[in-house]
Amino acid sequence: MIHQYKLNGYNIVLDVCSGSVHVVDDVGYDAIAAYESTDRDLLLSQLLDKYEDEGVTAEEIAECLGQIEGLKQSGKLFSPDTFEPMAPELKNRSSGVIKALCLHVSHACNLTCSYCFAGQGRYHGKSALMSFEVGRRALDFLIENSGSRRNLEVDFFGGEPLLNFEVVKQLVSYARSVEKQHNKNFRFTLTTNGVDIDDDVIEFANREMSNVVLSLDGRKEVHDRFRVDAAGRGSYDVIVPKFQKLVQARGGKQYYMRGTFTHHNPDFLEDIKAMLDLGFTELSMEPVVCAPDSPSTLTEEDKPIVYKQYEDLAKLMISRRKEGRPFTFYHYMIDLQGGPCIYKRISGCGSGTEYMAVTPQGDLYPCHQFVGEERFRLGNVRDGVTNTAARDEFAACNVYAREECRNCWARLYCAGGCAANAYHSTGSVSGVYAYGCDLFRKRLECAIMAEIDRIYSEDEDSDN
Amino acid sequence: MKHIKTIKTRDLCESAKNGGCGECQTSCQSACKTSCGIANQSCENKNK
Repeated sequence: MIHQYKLNGYNIVLDVCSGSVHVVDDVGYDAIAAYESTDRDLLLSQLLDKYEDEGVTAEEIAECLGQIEGLKQSGKLFSPDTFEPMAPELKNRSSGVIKALCLHVSHACNLTCSYCFAGQGRYHGKSALMSFEVGRRALDFLIENSGSRRNLEVDFFGGEPLLNFEVVKQLVSYARSVEKQHNKNFRFTLTTNGVDIDDDVIEFANREMSNVVLSLDGRKEVHDRFRVDAAGRGSYDVIVPKFQKLVQARGGKQYYMRGTFTHHNPDFLEDIKAMLDLGFTELSMEPVVCAPDSPSTLTEEDKPIVYKQYEDLAKLMISRRKEGRPFTFYHYMIDLQGGPCIYKRISGCGSGTEYMAVTPQGDLYPCHQFVGEERFRLGNVRDGVTNTAARDEFAACNVYAREECRNCWARLYCAGGCAANAYHSTGSVSGVYAYGCDLFRKRLECAIMAEIDRIYSEDEDSDN
Repeated sequence: MKHIKTIKTRDLCESAKNGGCGECQTSCQSACKTSCGIANQSCENKNK
């Protein structure tokens, strides 16, 4: 399977199964599109008819067809998908190995954002904070179930995790005290709305957190539309100076400003620009996840606007890079040479198998987005996974589990998509959240184009 | 005249040989938490 598209002056051809990326001229673009379905001589004459007036000769077209055949022979064009038998392999090989936990240290929040997928942090249950004992058991559970896996990821999540900051500190201290004896390396992430950030939090987060995710929606009026306290007051003015102080003190360590865009601001590029104006350069902006009947839900009418934002965002990234003012957009980070192996690309996201969420009471769920859905409660950190039927349902999720994915050119870049989005939009974890897929494909086209531009710029620099 | 320029990429078929160590980051355990993409993740396999 191939995928072709034109964007920002580039004609791009992706060979899906080999992972090859080609940049082609107009003749090559048309030739590849018709190559597998058209007789060679007929194709040559068709291309000559079309391009003769532009000075293209029959010899040049023949040369182009020769290049295409050469790439086909070397497995870089029209390569077949031979990976399906390998899809369950990674999960079988690492069966029962858990490598990441999302610790819901707080099912409470000091903001009441109405678009929150977690129901204002309570996940449709009662407010609760995780005790140190439950958290420690969760860390032990992770160590015990991580096999030979060395890097273990733990995300302090909520609700708002800083409402339980003392326990977060105790848990990090505990993990550090035991990681060496078990030959493990904990990588912690803190996701926070910023309200409770102070000097103590900044010092701790910058020392212990591999990554910090800071929730900011961009423009003040956009942010304050949803991200309000219990009295309905916007949080922008409170959190922005704190985020700036934290990021400045972070000294280059990883962080993300993470925003959410909704039906109310499909022109989210303006929010990205607002983040840049505040001095933030590591950015993530996500489409809202909410009930289909919510007024915040993105609509079909929003889609062309959103597509345009993604294209313009890629162009902005390119121009700022050339001006020496680069920034990172999470979904446009793509490593064409060093990215994931094929096993990772086909084996699904890992929710419910290698990744689980832990509630304040110690209950295990396939991921943070399933917390509170009783049917998906997998067990708890004391007894382990007992709901094996639910676990097996997640273990069966891979690229080949969904018919729509089999025919999708982007399947080896998304690994089959998000089970939670699939469940919430179709009622099944093996369904497909079509709207999200459309946005994903658009982002991917933009990401690959921007990366090609970067590679070309480097080549030009090295030629000069 | 070169009509097609091929960008250097990881050969996915080749990656099957030494792949699957499982040391890489869990898919959505970072910035997004609401979608699944693996294109932006780095391979952490020391034996690739």
